[in-house]
Amino acid sequence: MNKVPKWVDVALIPLANLVLALLVSGLVVLWIGENPLKAMQIIVQGSLGSAYGLGYTLYYATNFVFTGLAVAVAFQARMFNIGGEGQALLGGVGVALVCLFINWPHWLLALPVAIAFGALFGAGWALIPAYLQARRGSHIVITTIMFNFIASALMVYLLVNQLKPAGQMSPESGPFVPGAHLPTAHEMLAWIGIGFPKSPPVNVTFIVALIACVLVWLLIWRTKLGYAIRAFGHNESAAQYAGISSFRIIMISMLISGGLAGLMAINSVMGEAERLLINSVQGAGFVGIAVALMGRSHPLGVLLAAILFGVLYQGGAELEFELPAVTREMIIVIQGLVILFTGALENMVRIPVENYFVRRGTGAR
Amino acid sequence: MTAPAIELRHISKAFGPVQANKDISLSVAPRTIHGIVGENGAGKSTLMSILYGFYRADHGEILINGKPTEIPNSQAAIAAGIGMVHQHFKLVQNFSVLENVILGAEDDLLLKPSLKKARSLLEQLAEEYELRVDPDALIEDLSVGHQQRVEILKALYRRANVLILDEPTGVLTPAEADHLFRILSSLRDEGKTVILITHKLREIMAITDTVSVMRRGEMTATVRTVDTNPQHLAELMVGRSVLLRLEKKPAQPGRTVLNVRNLSVSDGRGVECVKNISLSVRSGEILGIAGVSGNGQTELLQVLGGLTPGTGQVDIDGSELPLTGPGSDARARRETGIAHVPEDRQQLGLIMDFMAWENMAFGYQHDDRCRRGPFLMNVNSMQDYCLENMQKFDVRPMSIEALAKNFSGGNQQKIVLAREIDRNPVLLVVGQPTRGVDVGAIEFIHQQILDLRDAGTAILLISVELDEILSLSDRVVVLFDGRIAGERITAETNEAELGLLMAGVTDASAPDKAANSA
Repeated sequence: MNKVPKWVDVALIPLANLVLALLVSGLVVLWIGENPLKAMQIIVQGSLGSAYGLGYTLYYATNFVFTGLAVAVAFQARMFNIGGEGQALLGGVGVALVCLFINWPHWLLALPVAIAFGALFGAGWALIPAYLQARRGSHIVITTIMFNFIASALMVYLLVNQLKPAGQMSPESGPFVPGAHLPTAHEMLAWIGIGFPKSPPVNVTFIVALIACVLVWLLIWRTKLGYAIRAFGHNESAAQYAGISSFRIIMISMLISGGLAGLMAINSVMGEAERLLINSVQGAGFVGIAVALMGRSHPLGVLLAAILFGVLYQGGAELEFELPAVTREMIIVIQGLVILFTGALENMVRIPVENYFVRRGTGAR
Repeated sequence: MTAPAIELRHISKAFGPVQANKDISLSVAPRTIHGIVGENGAGKSTLMSILYGFYRADHGEILINGKPTEIPNSQAAIAAGIGMVHQHFKLVQNFSVLENVILGAEDDLLLKPSLKKARSLLEQLAEEYELRVDPDALIEDLSVGHQQRVEILKALYRRANVLILDEPTGVLTPAEADHLFRILSSLRDEGKTVILITHKLREIMAITDTVSVMRRGEMTATVRTVDTNPQHLAELMVGRSVLLRLEKKPAQPGRTVLNVRNLSVSDGRGVECVKNISLSVRSGEILGIAGVSGNGQTELLQVLGGLTPGTGQVDIDGSELPLTGPGSDARARRETGIAHVPEDRQQLGLIMDFMAWENMAFGYQHDDRCRRGPFLMNVNSMQDYCLENMQKFDVRPMSIEALAKNFSGGNQQKIVLAREIDRNPVLLVVGQPTRGVDVGAIEFIHQQILDLRDAGTAILLISVELDEILSLSDRVVVLFDGRIAGERITAETNEAELGLLMAGVTDASAPDKAANSA
């Protein structure tokens, strides 16, 4: 049997895609009259070169892990959940309710309840699109994107009319109770005597994200449910032949997906803002799609891709600061190029590389 | 000696890692019928697609009437006088025969002159070749055999001198196939050259002048048909000696296991496909369901397998099966002891991107041996079980981590069969067990089905291969247009009689007789 070595599949091809994306981005930077190597250096230095930058990079990465896992789980059932944005917003509402109205004695008690509520609200927001897909065949892409709009309108209503403290101007909730404060990396590393800057928002949720990766891996590759989800995702009629109910799989996979997206609020709402803001998600739901694509819907791939996008976010912010010619929009262009090359144009690199290795493999025998 | 009508020299073609054609040379003499046989995946269709301009060869050249010719697309093939009749017809259903014939070959902006010309040509062709079709009939009203004639007419209208037919008899009744062969003979006698691609050795022997055998992308032999025999061809196809007929012990039928009464099934569009069928199968017995494909067999299989709802009554060992609603799904069917080998293993029976061990549990993922507690899969036990079954069924490569799509058709089928047989089902319903399976594996699969029968399982066998029905089943029911056209004891019937029933020539008393004979 002719087979491509595994390292080519999981490492070489994504890397080649990334290099291509960076090359084209370099041309863009060159075109606006800046030095691409210097830009590259600022991105890497700014995101990974200091404890401060790393702290921000991992904070962003934590958000993307949750939204990336959300898309990945749905992908396994061949459901294209692009409603991560709305589900994460609603997750924020769940988390905020827990952290506003209960006077928690300790964050260790608050965290599990907040996780449950964040997941529950996120899943709840996926429930109606899932049901419409499973029962009526309404396309999940259409319904979930509609629900993103409904979610952001709902946020405005909730914050302006319900959760905003009287007399406050900005549409946001009041601050959370002190007992719901999650320890930041600065505080946690101080317990074991390591110094870490105070301002980066990375917090204990990063560990929750790592645990979520392991749990999703277990779910997909080690449980009967994961087996059924993958079977359904590969071939719906074969799944029916095996006695797998399509209604059940669509509902469950979308609820898990929505729940994971909702968990993002633990990081951004509970861990960072410590209040509910009008746009706590800031596009992370959509980045999750790119993360899942690049990570090939595998939890480890999602983790790595999330860190890469964390680097692009944090490094991009630094770049915008250091090189005024590179505007915010230019950063988005670069991120877009990475998505284009790693997601949409993946086969452009994959097919020639695979052919090369297969030919070499047959030649050697 | 005249130049060959078609000559291929050293043709090679690879699809990624797969070498579909390796250094193939072939010479087809004019005014002959040349057969090309080979197992599925031997490279026959690829070779013909190169000749017809669908693919370009990586190496090699094509000579037509002695002249080197480039065929970059099918227009070039048509211009070079090559016509192709595909396995799946390419006709516009709601156009008339005439309109289909001129489609894409109109002379003029206006249709009328072309239609007129085509009409007179069609009349002439009908005279010459026994190719009679009503030029004004709509395609959707024609039988499959007539539709095929339209395809041949299309090729002839485009002045084809060489006609390629890809598995032309797969959808025909034996009588229709005989008629087709008469047409092909008269085409040859009038000076055309015919290339016939098939995997049915009987047809090769009946009609061809020369035959080429392909195996694994290579041309292994070209012989004159009079100098060979089916046994010899089968050996050339497989590369070793094979048994074409199996030793079969007499059946020992026991209790009635499956009892179907007045079963009707409609497809997704609400068209009734199975119409009021009654039949029964006893333990230790194989009931064959014969018929041209598309006469209700698929739906019958699906309703028994729990994939489609139906109406009527189906009893298994005396207890009634729900045909709609809860309890009528595939999982419930398996729990009743019905094993189902689907007609299309790649679409239903396997997940092509799953590994062998995952597929070996497919449908039985709730079994105790496949799980550890209520949620987790028991991967170790599933893998051990898979290896055990692969050894028992001689699945190659014997790799539990290979993906289903990387096995050959025969080995894929062995995985499905191993999985379904191993649970000692009360009833096995099996569709097209050897479709797309290499000759070597057919023998093995047939033997497994017979062994299961002898162990006391009731078996419902659906196949469009009459040979298969005749060699395996104890009784035969013929389906035509969703109804039972007749029922026979296999030992007391023959191909000709079944062929008539398949064409819808029924016994007057057929439905009642089928119901009462059990």
